Amino acid sequence: MSETVLKIHNVNKTFHGLKALNNVNLEIEKGKVHAIIGPNGAGKSTLLNVIIGLLESDTGEVLFNGENVLGKEPHEINQMGLARVFQTPEIFPELSLLENVMVPALAKHEGSFKFKFLRSLASEKSIKEDAISVLSSIGMSDKLHNLAGSMSRGDKRRLELAMCLVQHPKLLLLDEPTAGMARHDTNKTIDLLKKIKEGGMTKIIIEHDMHVVFSVADKISVLARGAIIATGTPEEIKGNPIVQEAYLGGSHE
Amino acid sequence: MLFEKKQNELTTMLIFSAIVLSMPIWLDPIGANYPDLLQKFAIFGIFAIGYNILFGLTGYLSFGHAIFIGVGSYTAVWSFKLLTMNVIPALALSVLLSGVVAVMVGYVSLRRSGIYFSILTLAFAQMFYNLAYSVLTPITNGETGLQLTTKDPRVIDRMFEAAGDGLPSTELFGISMSGYSGFYFCAVMLIVAFFLSLKVFNSPFGLKLKAIKSNQHRMKYTGYNTRPYLLSAFVISGMFAGLAGGLMAVTDPLAGAERMQWTASGEVVLMTILGGVGTLYGPLLGVAIIKYLENIFSSINEAVLYTLFDFLPVWLQDSMVVIVMPFVGEGWHLTLGLIFMTVVIFLPGGIIEGFQKMKDRFSKTNEQEKLKQGGE
Amino acid sequence: MDAVLIQLLNGLDKGAAYALIALGLTLVFGTLGVVNFAHGALFMLGAFCAVTFQKILTLSVKVVDPSITFFVAYKEQPYLEIWFGELGLSIIDYAVPLSIFMAIPVMLMIGLAMERGLIRHFYKRTHAEQILVTFGLAIVIQEIVRHFFGANPIPTPAPDIVSSSAQIGTWLGLSENLVYPWWRLIYLVFSGVVIASVFAFLQLTTFGMIVRAGMFDRQMVAFLGINVQRKFTIVFGIAAVVAGLAGVMYVPVLPPDYHMGMDFLVLSFVVVVVGGMGSLGGAVAAGFLLGILQSFASMTVISELFKGIDQIIIYLVAVIILLTRPRGLMGRKGVMED
Repeated sequence: MSETVLKIHNVNKTFHGLKALNNVNLEIEKGKVHAIIGPNGAGKSTLLNVIIGLLESDTGEVLFNGENVLGKEPHEINQMGLARVFQTPEIFPELSLLENVMVPALAKHEGSFKFKFLRSLASEKSIKEDAISVLSSIGMSDKLHNLAGSMSRGDKRRLELAMCLVQHPKLLLLDEPTAGMARHDTNKTIDLLKKIKEGGMTKIIIEHDMHVVFSVADKISVLARGAIIATGTPEEIKGNPIVQEAYLGGSHE
Repeated sequence: MLFEKKQNELTTMLIFSAIVLSMPIWLDPIGANYPDLLQKFAIFGIFAIGYNILFGLTGYLSFGHAIFIGVGSYTAVWSFKLLTMNVIPALALSVLLSGVVAVMVGYVSLRRSGIYFSILTLAFAQMFYNLAYSVLTPITNGETGLQLTTKDPRVIDRMFEAAGDGLPSTELFGISMSGYSGFYFCAVMLIVAFFLSLKVFNSPFGLKLKAIKSNQHRMKYTGYNTRPYLLSAFVISGMFAGLAGGLMAVTDPLAGAERMQWTASGEVVLMTILGGVGTLYGPLLGVAIIKYLENIFSSINEAVLYTLFDFLPVWLQDSMVVIVMPFVGEGWHLTLGLIFMTVVIFLPGGIIEGFQKMKDRFSKTNEQEKLKQGGE
Repeated sequence: MDAVLIQLLNGLDKGAAYALIALGLTLVFGTLGVVNFAHGALFMLGAFCAVTFQKILTLSVKVVDPSITFFVAYKEQPYLEIWFGELGLSIIDYAVPLSIFMAIPVMLMIGLAMERGLIRHFYKRTHAEQILVTFGLAIVIQEIVRHFFGANPIPTPAPDIVSSSAQIGTWLGLSENLVYPWWRLIYLVFSGVVIASVFAFLQLTTFGMIVRAGMFDRQMVAFLGINVQRKFTIVFGIAAVVAGLAGVMYVPVLPPDYHMGMDFLVLSFVVVVVGGMGSLGGAVAAGFLLGILQSFASMTVISELFKGIDQIIIYLVAVIILLTRPRGLMGRKGVMED
């Protein structure tokens, strides 16, 4: 028995006559890490952008725990329990690491708007503790007061991950969490992803690096030319001839 | 800085209050101890503190804040004319009405960001200036400006006593608001304003504003509706400006449209960035420097310059006077423009950041020396 | 009908000035990506080029006034009159149009110096910093002008021959009351020529092609290995000349003073955003449109209905356009969106 967290139903998206998403249907089960792979230009990022409300889809619906998220504001979607790590690290470079994580923690705690300017930040003890514990889980508890902008790219991306984790989202979207990273950096991130996997958080992960995908994913969907061509366990996908065809075809282009 | 304890806040406020209230004493040696200038320090201090909450924390560059100075001034003068010479209702109404106008201007302007926001506020500034200067003459008395007259009704005052012969002066329950008492009143207002600003800086609200400046995109995907945050910041800063405008009328009960020129908003930007935009004390430092220099520079004339360069041979004295003359007196604005450019070009973080950098460099070299010594 | 036509014409010459300033402003913005708050100051400098030129021409010497015989009286006589007689006087009379020849090189030099000396260092800084530094520069320029020319407007008339009004009504077979000052007509034609030459330059030359490509996609042009920086310096110079010329010829319409630049700056920003940031055609169209709109709003029929509407109409329109069509009338997607 598995519960569906996210249901993507008949989603189509066309850019200037070019079909980016072609009738995409997908169900994400609770507690699973679901990877979406596919050749460049297959529509992976478009799909993520539609889910979080960055792009509007032409048709279809995206049900998150039974509620349609299409047409909602980004902050509403986040407040429903859906967090995203972007492809280029989206952090607050001018703020300290601790502040970077406290801001999302406050969002989870206070909602999308709260005008409490007389309350001191120092009295938000539980939020601070939350933030510190998440930062120590990614091994950054020793540089709480460093500026986020001064970190390495890999660290920035892990910080962004921490910013999402502190919200304890029901569903976490990761857009190529290891893109542009060196091997040892990638491994560090894989370890981190494995660690969160044990927490039972549902995740969608888009990734190029098959090493990463096969290390962390429970289920894989393959996207090619805007359509899902296969979904299955890592073993099933490995042996699927259609997938190999799509990837080879993709590399010929 | 972030997790300062409550006690620290108290200490900060005590020290700050002491510094502000003792200004007449310690400004005496540098010749800045007279009520008019002291009042200016306090009033522009409030303006800059408020402006900093918008521009410093959220990064939204507004050219419209002179609007709220104007609204505050006109409201206060009307309160003096219609109700009472007591400053409390005047200031309350100033803050309230400028807040209402700020909600309207902010609501519309904040639908855009970046330079579009700046241009929208610019358009509003010019619109309000034209309204005050000509269109709304019955309310603003146009070019001449709004003044007190002996025929004003002052209904609340009339309930207690008959009208005197001359023009009454502004007062706080019998204490006249001119001279030093006027300054002390403004100083108390400045302390209150600073306290609020300190609270904003140390609150989750302030942190979120800084986060909006840093990366608004991330804020939205972190679950924040950024627009109400921006509007709150805009309205708070507008109300601070309204208070400053009201205080201008308190210390000198007249209001004119020239206060609302958009270039007046430019001056507050300068004061804010000179000290250090986004820092707690920077704007005040900027105000102090600019208003002090303005006071000195604009009072210098040719005769003063001749005495100043008296020690030089006559031909050199003459040429020095010719060289310096364009920058002083009427030419103060030229100096102001040059300071403005210099700061933006070389020190966009302001003086506070400059200090910080110097301190960092100093402590770094210190550490390196220590390391060297340890290694030997 | 006549009233409408008159307002239309009145709007056109104001609109022509807006269009010229906005054209340079948006050209600089579109190519260099710089928000130049000193652009109004360039317009003002152009106007003062005309004033200076006239001052130079009328350099005078004291001579005995022969028309007064009771005692020895002196009068000022320009050198030009002494040297060339009647010809000298008519040269002085034509000071404003002749000053164009001085304004072009002077404004070009000012523009190039400004770009090389200051603007160039701000390409990579934030828009807020660009705004602030150019705002500071605008103050400095206007204060320098005030130092030399004083605070009062300086009347600088057009040549005598065109100081009267053109009988437009009679030409068109309409009412004789329909007259329009010659100089404004000239200004209109002149601005048309300037706008046309800027467009022709951008459309027909290789240089113009690169500039247009740069406006469309800066990185792309840089990838092609073209030295865009140098091209952009020249673009800035052109924008300065256009603004300067707009100022030179506007002098007889509005006696220049040191803060005319700031007044026109806000208006031309409004024009640029209404037309669409980075759209040259939009800037020109919006310039004329807003000029005409302002002129119609000042008609008695309308100003009786909404008192003072002419004072704020432009800003109201700007606010409405920015809210409903953030890209302006003709703006492209992707220019200055955040």
